[in-house]
Amino acid sequence: MSELKTKILELLKEDARRSAELIATMLDAEASAVSQAIAELEQEHVIVKYAAVVNPSKIDEEKVTALIEVQITPERGRGFEGIAERIYQYPEVQSVYLMSGAYDLLVEVQGKTLNEVASFVSSKLSTIDAVLSTKTFFILKKYKQDGIIFEEREDDHRLLVSP
Amino acid sequence: MIKEEEKPQPQTSLRSMRDYLAPGARDMKPSGIRRFFDLAAGRKDIITLGVGEPDFVTPWHVRDACIYSLERGKTQYTSNAGMPELREAIGQYLNDSFQVKYNPADEILVTVGGSEAIDLALRALITPGDEILVPEPCYITYSPITTLSGGVAVGVETFAEDNFKLRVESLQAALTPRSKVLILCYPSNPTGGIMTYEDWLPIAKFAEENDLIVISDEIYAELTYGMKHVSFAAMPGMKERTILVSGFSKAFAMTGWRMGYACGHPELIGAMLKIHQYTIMCAPIMGQIAALEALRNGLEEKDRMVESYNQRRRIVVQGFRQIGLECHEPQGAFYAFPSVKSTGLTSEEFATRLLQEYSVAAVPGDVFGKGGEGHLRCSYASSIANLTEAIDRIGQFVQKLKAN
Repeated sequence: MSELKTKILELLKEDARRSAELIATMLDAEASAVSQAIAELEQEHVIVKYAAVVNPSKIDEEKVTALIEVQITPERGRGFEGIAERIYQYPEVQSVYLMSGAYDLLVEVQGKTLNEVASFVSSKLSTIDAVLSTKTFFILKKYKQDGIIFEEREDDHRLLVSP
Repeated sequence: MIKEEEKPQPQTSLRSMRDYLAPGARDMKPSGIRRFFDLAAGRKDIITLGVGEPDFVTPWHVRDACIYSLERGKTQYTSNAGMPELREAIGQYLNDSFQVKYNPADEILVTVGGSEAIDLALRALITPGDEILVPEPCYITYSPITTLSGGVAVGVETFAEDNFKLRVESLQAALTPRSKVLILCYPSNPTGGIMTYEDWLPIAKFAEENDLIVISDEIYAELTYGMKHVSFAAMPGMKERTILVSGFSKAFAMTGWRMGYACGHPELIGAMLKIHQYTIMCAPIMGQIAALEALRNGLEEKDRMVESYNQRRRIVVQGFRQIGLECHEPQGAFYAFPSVKSTGLTSEEFATRLLQEYSVAAVPGDVFGKGGEGHLRCSYASSIANLTEAIDRIGQFVQKLKAN
């Protein structure tokens, strides 16, 4: 990927609402080149979508999230891909990672209640043939996600004017 | 507010307290920045471009190293010159980054901020009547400290049309038989001006021909854009006659730690060390440990901060030009120094009204000495949202002034 695109991605990951003109100024590039690069990144599905990062504790609606370690038997020829796909198709599943170490897939599942998540694991996840075992860990609080700290704090303690 | 002369005087047998003060302290002018600080103080609605420090908090690994050392009970004095391993690390860093070699044993002194290093250097060098050449506009400390030691600060003007680079002809014009020290501060606070190798060459020749000692305040050395800073001490033949002053405040976002250093000839550093050991004893150990961590593991994070300043620099320079203010291209530090001459106001008037009518704080250029009048120091170490809003408001003010 070109250096320009890499830098554009960095700036958009910080704030997706930055305009092409602003980014062009920040990077000392032509606005048209930046617009073009962003369009390409979108077409190539490098930029998948522009979504807001929401602090879950600020939302009244109760949600329960669990991380589930899943051990599976890989399929001949396809390895983990087929099983992973069967799992990530469920809307309850927020994320799926293939892991090194003691288990194979790390699955993040969200539901309205503890029971709902537990029953998803027992009726949907554990029943997949290739799944050997699952271990469920409920998330109690999110402090930081994707590099963003949720706790609000006053961040500028500087004097208003200084030499 | 009660005016000074109307205040009831307390009954006392003493003379006016002012009469007890040493003339040097009594006659020292308060910094012009102070007035703006007072005007802005307590107001929550202000967007400030007046801050002379990074908007980043000190990187976590640096803070963490300090906390960890406190937990282990590292709360003692260190050697007067600073912890040996910190001096080693500073020596290594200066050699790696700016190709200038200092012996940690007797050529490096750790100080309480770059400010202490400047104070020590001036006190160690000045005998009453000595003249100190100070390119202006410049950081506000040099001239008062010089005066306090009985020296005479001689301002040497630099100009926007030169991007505030120092002209050797201007130095030549200010030179007298009593000239002894030349103070350099590049990258420059307040102008953002820098000096390249080629720019330094005639200045180095001038220093040599006129046998000047140079105090080179390179606190903003890491904050240059598009080119690497050239240390004056790295110029051929200049290390011997230069006291290099720098610190951790700007590069590593460590202003409140007060960690600086001075490097130079053992005779000079030795004299400064004597003053330092009687007045300060040693820089605080907590700060020294944090500084060591910054040098060992903080260079990448420093680069990220510099990149971020650079992006914001481009926004403000373009912003000022778009609203009709002339603005030279600052290539260092984190200040833009646009001209407000086209509005017909002095810097002082412009900055005062900008604060009162548009709630934007910036520092009027005249407080930085010759050549500062007609300019406004605007720090871009602030969020992009703040910067664009501030420029927008300054734009409204300029438009109003030009319509009249």
